[in-house]
Amino acid sequence: MTDLTTTDLTPLEPDEATLGRLRARLAGEADRAGLLDVAYTTIDSPVGVLLLAATDRGLVRVAFECEGLDRVLEALAARLGARILAAPDRLQGAASQLEAYFAGTLRHFDIPLDLRLASGFRLSVLGHLAEIGYGRTESYTQVAAATGSPRAVRAVGTACATNPLPVVVPCHRVLRSDGALGGYLGGLEAKRNLLALEAAA
Amino acid sequence: MLPFDRVVADHAATVLRVCRAALGPVDADDAWSETFLAALRAYDDLPAGANVEAWLVTIAHRKAIDVRRRASRRPLPVDTVPEVLTPAEDRSEHDDLYAALAALPDKQRLSVAYHHLGGLSYREVAELLGGTEAAARRAAADGVSRLRTHYLTGART
Repeated sequence: MTDLTTTDLTPLEPDEATLGRLRARLAGEADRAGLLDVAYTTIDSPVGVLLLAATDRGLVRVAFECEGLDRVLEALAARLGARILAAPDRLQGAASQLEAYFAGTLRHFDIPLDLRLASGFRLSVLGHLAEIGYGRTESYTQVAAATGSPRAVRAVGTACATNPLPVVVPCHRVLRSDGALGGYLGGLEAKRNLLALEAAA
Repeated sequence: MLPFDRVVADHAATVLRVCRAALGPVDADDAWSETFLAALRAYDDLPAGANVEAWLVTIAHRKAIDVRRRASRRPLPVDTVPEVLTPAEDRSEHDDLYAALAALPDKQRLSVAYHHLGGLSYREVAELLGGTEAAARRAAADGVSRLRTHYLTGART
């Protein structure tokens, strides 16, 4: 723009509100036209900002801020397709259920899930996690036994650490046999908070 | 491949500047939306390492033509009071720049928009608008100097 530096072009300069409005309109039109591989939104929660992402089949990813939201979106683009936009409408159901969960008024999520980011043994571990009830916990050893592979304790840990749908698929309800927290991809503080929330409700 | 959301974040402002310069403030929003929808449809086929901004400006050019064509078929709203469409507080010196741009011959206005605001090379501008690279360079230079004369002197004095 060097030739134009002496000409004041600020009237052409878009403000943030206009760009936000245009981006929201684009996301709505793209979603309605079936052009999106993934729609996502972010919500605030007691365990920090959460990214929620959905395909046309259902919620496909919940991510913690500490995972790096840009990195999460890049990984989703590589796995599911790069046609990704912030399109909160598709996530409305998931967002409101999570809000109710964090308020202590919802104990069981009832939203369509797309589990295609997990497979094999990890997928069967996730299937079992969904059966650990609200406010209850199991040990990694118990989960391994319940999935028919009692010696695969370490693999259960990996399955929890790579759970694409934390909070909704409750890997935070899995602890070490001695009662220690073990690990959590959202950080131990988040795990502690979720367990405390469920114990109090 | 980058999430398309990042492409929008990185280039939304540039594409809107280009659309505004090419079409004026009212039709620019439609051209912007249609540009990114078309880009989203074609995104999977974009070769790795392509110049994304130049690709978007090229699409914006086609969409600007579409929007212009539709607008010219639209009947003029004779019953509408102009003041309703343009509230007094919005009628700042902004209108002067848009008026100055609108007064330019198409080729000058679009050469300014695509080269100076959209970052296309003169060769790329020539490919879009026809004619030679030298002609595109001349059209952009003439456009800028006319903008300076009509807009700057008008707005600043």
